[in-house]
Amino acid sequence: MLTALLSRLGQMVLVMFGISVVAFLIFFATPGADPSARIAGRNASQETLVQVRHDFGLDRPLPVQYALMMERLFISRDLTSFVNRGQRVVPTVLEAIPITLSLVLGAAVLWLLGGLIVGVIAGATRGTWLDRTLMILSLIGVSIPVFWLGEVANLVTQSRWHDSWLFSWVPPLGYIPFTEDPWGWFKALVIPWFTLATLYIGLYGRVLRASIIETMQEDFIRTARAKGIGERRVLMHHGLRTSLVAFVTMFGLDFGALVGGGALLTEVVFGLQGVGKLTYGALQTLDLPMILATVIYASFFVVMANFIVDVAFVFIDPRVRDAH
Amino acid sequence: MPTDKPLLVVENLCVSFRTEGGVVPAVSGVSFSLERREIIGVVGESGSGKSQTLLAILGLISSPNAVVTGSVRFLGQELLGLKRRALDAVRGRQIAMIFQDPMTALTPVHTIGNQIIEQIRAHESVSRTAARKRAVDLLDAVGLPSPDSAVDRYPHQLSGGMRQRAVIAMALSCNPALLIADEPTTALDVTVQAQILELIARLRDGFGSAVILVTHDLGVVAEVADRVLVMYAGRVVEEGGKGQLFREPLHPYAWGLFGSIPPMHGPRPARLTAIPGSPPKLSQMPQGCAFGPRCTFRHEACAAQPSLGGAGGHRSACFLPQDGRQDLRRTLAARAVPA
Ligand SMILES: Nc1ncnc2c1ncn2[C@@H]1O[C@H](COP(=O)(O)OP(=O)(O)OP(=O)(O)O)[C@@H](O)[C@H]1O
Ligand code: SF4
Ligand SMILES: [Mg+2]
Repeated sequence: MLTALLSRLGQMVLVMFGISVVAFLIFFATPGADPSARIAGRNASQETLVQVRHDFGLDRPLPVQYALMMERLFISRDLTSFVNRGQRVVPTVLEAIPITLSLVLGAAVLWLLGGLIVGVIAGATRGTWLDRTLMILSLIGVSIPVFWLGEVANLVTQSRWHDSWLFSWVPPLGYIPFTEDPWGWFKALVIPWFTLATLYIGLYGRVLRASIIETMQEDFIRTARAKGIGERRVLMHHGLRTSLVAFVTMFGLDFGALVGGGALLTEVVFGLQGVGKLTYGALQTLDLPMILATVIYASFFVVMANFIVDVAFVFIDPRVRDAH
Repeated sequence: MPTDKPLLVVENLCVSFRTEGGVVPAVSGVSFSLERREIIGVVGESGSGKSQTLLAILGLISSPNAVVTGSVRFLGQELLGLKRRALDAVRGRQIAMIFQDPMTALTPVHTIGNQIIEQIRAHESVSRTAARKRAVDLLDAVGLPSPDSAVDRYPHQLSGGMRQRAVIAMALSCNPALLIADEPTTALDVTVQAQILELIARLRDGFGSAVILVTHDLGVVAEVADRVLVMYAGRVVEEGGKGQLFREPLHPYAWGLFGSIPPMHGPRPARLTAIPGSPPKLSQMPQGCAFGPRCTFRHEACAAQPSLGGAGGHRSACFLPQDGRQDLRRTLAARAVPA
């Protein structure tokens, strides 16, 4: 177990190293991306450019630059942005993490619950009007663009009906730290949670339904029915329990991607200064230190999520447990 | 409970499926009855409706396109059309079933112990510990080595034979009055087959269960069964005591099945003998006797549907005159002897 864990950690470091190198190289290979020109500003003289290059270490060989940047990112942690002079990259990312985590964790709770309920009910009532209604609703949920849904939610709760009793509780856009005001934190996030979760509830509901319907055709379901344990138990304890494998895989990957910055649109619409927004801004301004920091952070979460999925499998599926 | 009442009475059981090509009959008018502690063997070619008959008895045909009619009375209680809750009181408790493929018959994510415990606790209010103890005893009784640790194994950690033993242990966990076994050994290798069949044969003595045993192995039927049903194209074409049926089969299909080898003595006919031709497609059932297209003795009368008839508990569905049938059979057998 320990060796498996260690080799897994080693893999993780390797993947993150690879991703950071690729991000670094893409940056330097991008035409017109000479950072010294951006840093120095438009119409800067040749001497200024040389000066800037030297100041930021951009005249050193690439491997040295990479190593320097990693050193300042991980060890001295004083890497500063190329764009917003003096802005320290590491603290900026660290500040954004709780915002993204709050958003994604809350939405994940909603979509797991919603996906389970929709999937199980639709799977169990296959072919009935209830099943059809749920599937149409989830198809709509999957198709609605998240930024549009967010804008509509904002329109309704922030302006149109903000003064009505229904939505007067909604705080202005932005994040309220949990440590400062837990209730405010909740109120500020509950609409973004639902907005982000809508797509995934639809997606997970549909996938789980399909998976349950497939599982319920299996031989072991017939065995379970022949035992006289009741259809509800057959469904939950045998059908759903066996169907969870696909569900968990999807969840791990989606969760990792969202925490890694995939919740960008939701963050932008609701004015949440999360990692997604940070990455987006850094990419637009080609702010290499910030890009490297956010990309490494994102890869960490994606790899981490994979790891957690694998561990979860060990609990969910005994066949995987023995395969190690 | 009166002992003269049969354990199970199946009357005019029909199973058909709605398909694109119309309604196809998989089981047509199957009737038989079973006494307590009786072992009945069911034989017939693939597709003759054996599995569907057994599944219909327990209401286990889940296809939404299936139509099941007729009557299945278990200890006087009608099972067809019974509410799920009432049916669940019978399933697993009074009637248990063993399926063909042990590799897929157990839920992969639960230990075999938990699957047995689940069944016990669904029918009896016993503690988990007591149920677990019983699961271990059952696993021991069906010959699973080191049952104490086997109880915590997952299905994939056991071999096919061991899994089938676990399935049998589960089936026996509530002392069912009737055990339905659908080709319990087909998926297993030969040595294991013999052990499992021996185990099933012993059930009557150990657990007092009646058994319906579907198998392709005529030798097994010859050894284990009291009575035999021969099915063809969804119907029972012959029914009789094992001795009668093996000695003097009445139906031309059975003649082909059993060949000319006397199965009570000498070498076992391991598999059903191949009969020239193939069973009719369900969607293109011939008029009259379904065996007609393959039957050497087909005549005008066979354009109608023969019904099961005969004396002394030995019945067959064939229009040939009762007397003289054995002579016909012998001529056929003589003809079939390889040159
Ligand atoms: N859902 C279904 N729709 C249509 N036809 C079906 C369906 N299920 C079973 N059948 C048909 O019912 C017939 C009887 O099948 P059954 O499984 O009872 O045969 P069997 O005697 O058990 O054969 P085997 O020895 O191969 O197990 C088969 O021809 C099969 O094709
Ligand atoms: S009824 Fe006719 S066709 Fe059918 S088995 Fe008897 S003789 Fe053959
Ligand atoms: Mg079958």
